[in-house]
Amino acid sequence: MWNFVSPRIVFGEGALEVLDELEGRRALIVTDATLVQLGLVDRVKAHLDSAGIEVHIFDEVEPDPSVQTVQRGAKVALELAPDWIVGLGGGSPMDAAKAIWVLYEHPDMEPAAINPIGDLVLRRKARLITITTTSGTGAEVTWGIVLTDTEGQRKMGLGHPENKADIAIVDPEMAAGMPPQLTADTGLDALTHAVEGYTCTWQTDLTDGLCLSAARLVFQYLPRAVTDGSDMEARERMHNAATCAGLGFGNAMASMAHAMGHTLGAVFHVPHGRAVALFLPYTIEFGAGEEPERFAEMAAFIGCSNEGGKKAAQALAGFIRDLCQKVGNPTKVVEAGIEREAYEAQVDKMVDDAFNDTQIITAVRSPSYEQLRQLFLYAYDGQPIDF
Amino acid sequence: MAFKFPSDEWVKEFASQLNASEAYAKSAEDWEGDFIFISEPDKVSSETRYLFVGLNHGKCTDAAEVASENEREAAFVIRAPYSNWRKVIEGKLDPIQGMMTRKLKLKGDMTKILRYPKAAKELVNCVSRVPTDFGD
Repeated sequence: MWNFVSPRIVFGEGALEVLDELEGRRALIVTDATLVQLGLVDRVKAHLDSAGIEVHIFDEVEPDPSVQTVQRGAKVALELAPDWIVGLGGGSPMDAAKAIWVLYEHPDMEPAAINPIGDLVLRRKARLITITTTSGTGAEVTWGIVLTDTEGQRKMGLGHPENKADIAIVDPEMAAGMPPQLTADTGLDALTHAVEGYTCTWQTDLTDGLCLSAARLVFQYLPRAVTDGSDMEARERMHNAATCAGLGFGNAMASMAHAMGHTLGAVFHVPHGRAVALFLPYTIEFGAGEEPERFAEMAAFIGCSNEGGKKAAQALAGFIRDLCQKVGNPTKVVEAGIEREAYEAQVDKMVDDAFNDTQIITAVRSPSYEQLRQLFLYAYDGQPIDF
Repeated sequence: MAFKFPSDEWVKEFASQLNASEAYAKSAEDWEGDFIFISEPDKVSSETRYLFVGLNHGKCTDAAEVASENEREAAFVIRAPYSNWRKVIEGKLDPIQGMMTRKLKLKGDMTKILRYPKAAKELVNCVSRVPTDFGD
């Protein structure tokens, strides 16, 4: 038995208009200050205003939101008593909104205690809308919540299937203003979700198609969206790709590139999508050393190799590195601007933290400590995995 | 020699495998928390059996079949039908996935377990190294 969990998804140009007919009294928009400045919050507020809903804004969400931030947001929610929580932004505000919602419904709960086992019981006070302004995270449709433990410098994977959104709004106009670097980082995050959702050990028949489709869309449309942000066809297809990948990996799991990327992000503050995509080819090469078939299937589907087996898997890794380069992203850690000495000083911590990241359990090939250490070191210089 | 599952001999061999595993020792070096695994009746087995496994700082400190859930104190109790335990032992069911889908029912702090996924994986690796007789 397994579950496929999804919100109602309203997508395409004009999707934001679904808010005009929303029923409720009061909404708390959880977002960040940049989106307020860019006017995106006002656009959402205008629709909620027209629905007669009183709007309040919590705009303190930082990149990689901390436990303390969501506790502050929950306090605001408890004071305002909204019946809608609206997560507006990229993965950080949407994940923060999910956590704030859970803590609003369960004020005595510690954020770190949000886990997928048992009954959580939500929707007694409010429901959740997610509106994504980037094309990558998939957080609009997933129930996972990533919060940062600022003291331990590690990211915590939390969440419960019940804390998925009630409505996910996937309107490409909300992502139209993304600068090229953010478009590239988030688009590569979507690709990593698609590849890992398809190749992890928790993949299912219901998630496979979504992941394959998302991967092909990213290869087709990400370079266009990065080169010309006003190309609305590319924007829309990338927005859809990210949501497909979110549904795919969110109902399967991510894997080793995420475990490694989370640790790099937590220690060196590399943006999430850039970090996970950087490691993805290395983890493919490592996994394909013993279990190449799923990678080979994906390589065939996206048209990069029909050779099958390990060769096709390696071709997929090469294809991903080419895409990273094409959109101006690093393919090795040194290109991410991290000094060798600082990196090597943190490798043991990163290995430990990656092993304590839940995403690692779904790797098709389980690494030993030494192998994972070598993976981090090979990735620094861009050396393909040969073990 | 294969060890019949579930039994005192089986759980003691599991303990030996754990204590021989460097990977488990490293991944669970700061783990504290004992387990009782309960195998419940299903179509294949008609018995309820209780296996106690004491785990502390990367080592198995004690292992025994016990008469009931209350005979020893344990921070974690995991219960499942016999056939689901068999799937775990044979590597066909990831225990964390099993708990998420309620094939394995946990009493205890799940968030603590989720902080040690590598240790959970190594536990399963050690289980898979126990030559097991399922009485087929």
